[in-house]
Amino acid sequence: MSVDPNGQLTIAIAAGKGGTGKTLVATSLAIAIDAHYPGCAQIIDCDVEEPNAHLLMQPELTAQAPVEVLVPEVDLDTCTRCGACARACQFSAIAVIRQAVLTFHGLCAGCGACAYVCPVDAITEVTRRVGTVKSGSAGEIDFVTGTLNVGDQRATPVTKAVKDRIRDDLITILDAPPGTACPMQETVEGSDYCILVTEPTPFGLSNLQDAVETCRRIGVPCGVIINRDGSGNDGVERYCAQEGIEVLLRVPQDRRIAEAYSRGETLVATMPQWRDELATVYYHITDMVAAQATGEGVS
Amino acid sequence: MKVAVSSRGTERMSVVDPRFGRAPYFVIVDTESDEVEGIENPGALAGTGAGVAAAQLIADAGAEAVITSALGPHAWAALKSGGIQVYDAGRGTVDAMVKLLLQGGLTPIEEPNADLKAGAARFGQSPDAK
Ligand code: SF4
Ligand code: SF4
Repeated sequence: MSVDPNGQLTIAIAAGKGGTGKTLVATSLAIAIDAHYPGCAQIIDCDVEEPNAHLLMQPELTAQAPVEVLVPEVDLDTCTRCGACARACQFSAIAVIRQAVLTFHGLCAGCGACAYVCPVDAITEVTRRVGTVKSGSAGEIDFVTGTLNVGDQRATPVTKAVKDRIRDDLITILDAPPGTACPMQETVEGSDYCILVTEPTPFGLSNLQDAVETCRRIGVPCGVIINRDGSGNDGVERYCAQEGIEVLLRVPQDRRIAEAYSRGETLVATMPQWRDELATVYYHITDMVAAQATGEGVS
Repeated sequence: MKVAVSSRGTERMSVVDPRFGRAPYFVIVDTESDEVEGIENPGALAGTGAGVAAAQLIADAGAEAVITSALGPHAWAALKSGGIQVYDAGRGTVDAMVKLLLQGGLTPIEEPNADLKAGAARFGQSPDAK
């Protein structure tokens, strides 16, 4: 196997919906990589609305930093109620309703467009804390997690802040938020590969199709891990075969895995044989990404 | 006075849509001139912020009152601060609602009654759409 521990891949683990075992796969994969390359793995929990990787990894978090954005503050005496700011805002975070000017900081992306267009400079930008990034380690695994403040609806700044912690010298696993909306896309974007975790059910299949389309649209190659294999039908398998999407691993429906998960244990801790299975998946992804890179280089 | 009604269509006889931020259209009825204008709600398909966008839309159209059923805290705050009264719609057409309002037959909505992001989830597409 051609393995280059300095390849520093970034692999996102995503799922079309929550509860498919995505975090279980992400954490287990990080542990498997760490077992084969001690001190070379990093896991970043990018589900900043409901982070849960720490529950399985029990990291020691030693540092934390605020995530801040600039939000508008309107000087009502200067403001002419022209409405230009509201028209410029893509996020409906500022509104001019008759004589009232309202700012909704929970919706604000801090882009500065409103201040830029205001003809009378009535808008100043003030800092506002929207979340926190915490970092530390779980054993030798570098661990990063972010939380979005309650009431804030724009995860983007926090997702960006945790992704800024991706270390070039480590193999990074990104635990993406469930679904295929903006926060998931922002996580997967720029990754070398995306593992989609799904269940072999019709519902799982439809979520998987969304996730595959999303990966294709943002140009990140993807493969599938089927969790609770044997619990549904063969729809997912047939879809993958048809679409030429590789099934990287099948984790069987197993009461022991479910029980361990509910106790907050990873797959690898419960059944060490999965460590090698997952390491093999990692090697395989390394090969595929390398092959693709060479392919692109040639053409 | 101009009244904005969240609606499934653009006409006087269109059916009311209970959702404020995610209604596909608003019908603006001028109760003095009896003119009717249907406007599309581009926020119907947006992620978050649909309620605020809808409030801005109908305020820009000159509405001083809104007839709808479910609106979240942002939309409610926007309308209230702008002095736009919000009335609770029943089931029926835009025309019927405006008539009821003029007769004093509609109750004002005094607080937000939907969660953030809840618009689509709470009501979805009713089977009686059209
Ligand atoms: S900073 Fe950007 S997102 Fe925030 S209110 Fe201004 S225009 Fe909207
Ligand atoms: S653009 Fe400036 S002047 Fe115009 S409404 Fe907004 S804050 Fe007021």
